[in-house]
Amino acid sequence: MHPAPSVIVFTTLSGLGFGLLAYLGLGYPPVTGWVAFVFYLIGFGLAVGGLLASTFHLGRPERAWRALTQWKTSWLSREGLCAVAALLVMGLYAIGAIFLDQHWTLLGLLGAVLSIATVFTTSMIYTQLKTIPRWNMPLTPVLFLSFSLAGGALLAGQERLAPWLLLVAGAVQLAYWAKGDQAFASSGTSMATATGLGDRGAVRAFEPPHTGSNYLLREFVHVVGRKHALKLRVFAFGLGFVLPVLCLWLPTESSLAKHLMAAVAVLAHLAGVVVSRWLFFAQAEHVVGLYYGKR
Amino acid sequence: MTTLPSATEKKLGLVIDLDTCVGCHACVISCKGWNTENYGAPLSDQDAYGADPSGTFLNRVHSFEVQPPEGHAQLVHFPKSCLHCEDAPCVTVCPTGASYKRVEDGIVLVNEDNCIGCGLCAWSCPYGARELDLAEGVMKKCTLCVDRIYNENLPEVDRVPSCVRTCPAGARHFGDLGDPDSDVSKLVAEREGMDLMPEMGTKPVNKYLPPRPKDQIEDQIDILAPLLAPVTEGPGGFMGWLDKALDKLPGQSSGGTA
Repeated sequence: MHPAPSVIVFTTLSGLGFGLLAYLGLGYPPVTGWVAFVFYLIGFGLAVGGLLASTFHLGRPERAWRALTQWKTSWLSREGLCAVAALLVMGLYAIGAIFLDQHWTLLGLLGAVLSIATVFTTSMIYTQLKTIPRWNMPLTPVLFLSFSLAGGALLAGQERLAPWLLLVAGAVQLAYWAKGDQAFASSGTSMATATGLGDRGAVRAFEPPHTGSNYLLREFVHVVGRKHALKLRVFAFGLGFVLPVLCLWLPTESSLAKHLMAAVAVLAHLAGVVVSRWLFFAQAEHVVGLYYGKR
Repeated sequence: MTTLPSATEKKLGLVIDLDTCVGCHACVISCKGWNTENYGAPLSDQDAYGADPSGTFLNRVHSFEVQPPEGHAQLVHFPKSCLHCEDAPCVTVCPTGASYKRVEDGIVLVNEDNCIGCGLCAWSCPYGARELDLAEGVMKKCTLCVDRIYNENLPEVDRVPSCVRTCPAGARHFGDLGDPDSDVSKLVAEREGMDLMPEMGTKPVNKYLPPRPKDQIEDQIDILAPLLAPVTEGPGGFMGWLDKALDKLPGQSSGGTA
């Protein structure tokens, strides 16, 4: 799949943002006033910034509101509704925390559930696609949710919980890579089934429909950069999980050093997740490539 | 809207004969011609006369080589367009309701006024039947020439999809695949028509007729050849003398093994 920057930015930032909003909704940390303002600014900034980025890959962004109508069948529509609901509920909750010194517990709980539901619906957009075996696995929602919960805990300053959640997310990432590498082969789809000619002999793409490229090849057959996949996996894992855990577990004396370490942990995690998401798209192979003899 | 109908009154679709298709691409051109002037936004091209031309097509013809374990390879031309699946994943993933499957005839269409161009339907289609038009920003796909097949302004002979009307080899057939007595259904039954990627569970309406087995090509193609066997293997006369004389000279001679 073509690793479109808009979609990578969207899934990375909104995953982190909704993760943070979920913790804030549950009262971790139970901040009020100016401190709360800063926390909510980061949470809403990431979540809304991510959602805005996602509209850049639309052909007709001015009609984006229509995407809220088909929640009965469409995961993309459900994601839009969940995101709007989560932002509205958490917006109300934030007003209480910032201006009124109040924590409306039930509202916060609802906001937290909606925030996590948004991340889940995002992951289901990819998981539902049988055409992309690497995404069509139960591990995909687990990957998105574990990343969001770990990143959210990191941003929410949950220094006791965050390292453990980061380790869990790192383990899920390793499992996802291991299983994903087998996914296309075990999906049973090949040039033989794509053409229906497999029982006659070995099928080879002899001539493509056109000498030039097309939308399908640009969107679904991305081979540039896949050769560096292993190196990038090392970067994603090291930056996303190992370095943040080390930063959090390093014994520090002063409060300044502690905050500095936390900042390094957050930035490293963000960079790691971006690399991981780039791989998520770039390594995903769409079955339509088979008609072109490509993966 | 994006809920698929549990059943459609008809299952209009195409039957494509891989045995007869000669790979001339006439269906591709006639499809582009008809559909760029009629239903919905035109099918745009980018850099059409430049170094890197590309464009939107609703029908493309691939060519595959099939190499059996024994014998000669076979070339199969393979036209591919929307298969108007009964269980069309492109419809249910659509967030706006722009994609729909018609109850009356099973045709899968896009309401371009509602399409936001998110591309998810193209992601969900295993056949590459949907292409996002770069000029218009909306999804384009085969309409089964819905503006031809019911069009009473056209002579009756033209009330079939443009690709079917154009095919000079008679490799494309149009009809109701939901009616077991229709010509296309009989053709599918007789020729063991097949689904593409059946494991995807899309239940395509369009069927492909597999190529018929080819005659075996014998090693000796020309039955008269044995009667025309050459009288002598080596050159004689002056040429023979020259050949031997040159062989005797010192130095490397290219060509022969002597």
